Amino acid sequence: MPKGDLKDLQYRSLRALADKLYDFNQFYRGRMKAAGVRPDDIRSLDDIVKLPFMTKEDLRENYPTKMFTVPNSEIVRFHASSGTSGKPTVVGYTHNDLEYWTEALARSLTSVGIGKDDTLQVSYGYGLFTGGLGLHYGAERVGASVVPSSTGNTERQLELMQDLDVTAIACTPSYIIHMNTVAKRMGIDIKRDTCLKKAILGAEPWTSGMRKHIEESMGIRAYDIYGTSEQAGPMFSECEETNGIHVGGDIMLIEILDRDTLEPLEDGNEGEMVVTMLKKEAMPMIRFRVKDVASLMTGDCACGRTSPRLSRITGRTDDMLIIRGINVFPSQIEYTLMRIPEVGDQYLIAITREGALDNMLLQVEIRQDAFSDKVEDMVRLRAHIETELRRYLNIAVTVELKAPGELPRFEGKAKRVMDKRVY
Amino acid sequence: MDDENIITQLSIFVNNEPGRLAGVASILKDANVNMKECNLAESTEFGILRALVDDPEEAFERIRSRGLIAKKTAIIGVRIEDAPGALFSAASVLGRAGINIEYGYAYAGKNVEAFLIRVDDPGKAVLALKAAGVPLVKRSEI
Repeated sequence: MPKGDLKDLQYRSLRALADKLYDFNQFYRGRMKAAGVRPDDIRSLDDIVKLPFMTKEDLRENYPTKMFTVPNSEIVRFHASSGTSGKPTVVGYTHNDLEYWTEALARSLTSVGIGKDDTLQVSYGYGLFTGGLGLHYGAERVGASVVPSSTGNTERQLELMQDLDVTAIACTPSYIIHMNTVAKRMGIDIKRDTCLKKAILGAEPWTSGMRKHIEESMGIRAYDIYGTSEQAGPMFSECEETNGIHVGGDIMLIEILDRDTLEPLEDGNEGEMVVTMLKKEAMPMIRFRVKDVASLMTGDCACGRTSPRLSRITGRTDDMLIIRGINVFPSQIEYTLMRIPEVGDQYLIAITREGALDNMLLQVEIRQDAFSDKVEDMVRLRAHIETELRRYLNIAVTVELKAPGELPRFEGKAKRVMDKRVY
Repeated sequence: MDDENIITQLSIFVNNEPGRLAGVASILKDANVNMKECNLAESTEFGILRALVDDPEEAFERIRSRGLIAKKTAIIGVRIEDAPGALFSAASVLGRAGINIEYGYAYAGKNVEAFLIRVDDPGKAVLALKAAGVPLVKRSEI
């Protein structure tokens, strides 16, 4: 589609969305009134800057379904991701929402040449996390044979990969590196002993260095895929040119703003990404601050697609961590810890990478009165903290108990997270 | 619990890192705490130093004021020099009385050899052991 036509289409969708939110969503109408803007003021696509932003905090404050603009009878599925503290973020989907999500992924899979002759192993988690089910439906749409293996049990995953002649896999970049390590240990050479040719990798940041390593060590092509759990999980990927993520402009409108002023930036400049979901029915998103840092690429892609292209995500504008593909906010950890009476108010998080897998180590100071002379009690306390963290964060955390005063104190802003991972 | 058979043990939390035990020992030394017995139980990242000291009340206050995490624990001592099977008879008596032994360690002092045990109800344990004729260590013998 010519770029002018796309802008026109995007404008019409945006205007319809603004009308709908103003009429049906109390929260967003309040925001628009506060910003002194009415849907009539949106006369061109550039007028989007008049509309107020939405953030993850808004989703939390309106937990679980106050942001929904359709009755529950229209909702066909829920997904949930980690909130910044306490409650998760819940996203509802109508039938059409799932349809657009599936459509976006079908386009992405087609753009890397995955179709009905392929067998795609989906090694993203199935469940509340969007990765597994998202890829699953997209792959079915293009007619690929889906192996819904989800996460875990790597040996079995490799066995299935061999036995079912899997040609493509979707998972996190660190998981495929881990798979390769396990494969070697089992005496399997992915290049020689499997039919694997392609990998769709996302849910965590990775680099071109990692791509080179993955492609060369496994004899496959690796493609980046992008999505955010607040919108619909994985949606858009690179094409076979691996030169930027093709974003379906009819579905998602991306703005890149200056990190400090939040003013729009020209294509090619890196800034904070703000996303508007143009077709979303159950929980529309206008100008959602994803907090990812990226740029929109200039020029045309050699594949011939005219859709806007997004660069690699190069960072975050908040303190969110991505551990084994799962989003974790330090505030969630703090929230969980503060609800355990035996835990003191000092803690330190260290994230390391062993082989390809992330490990989170949490050192916590215990309270004087929580101390027991029985090792068993202390071990039980440690296990209790680990269980609580696992319950709230959905990832395994190794806990170490520390005496009060053992951990560093901070003057001014505390630096409680040490990310020692090397990409 | 002013029973002459109840002994006060100091339990001190120690992080399992090089030099930590030395650090704790140095605080005890500076606080002029004389250890007559010590035993270290450990897990992966921490250990619990269990010590018998002169004047545990005073020592407890001094080490707490120096920032150590500590508590006082009531334990009892079963004499083991009298005859073989002393530990067995003590354990059976406690088992029959429904008293759980949390942990124990050996003590060999100038005056007495004993197996020191931490039970969930020391007062009840002393009564049960005395009634069964199991010889116990007096606090003053440590």
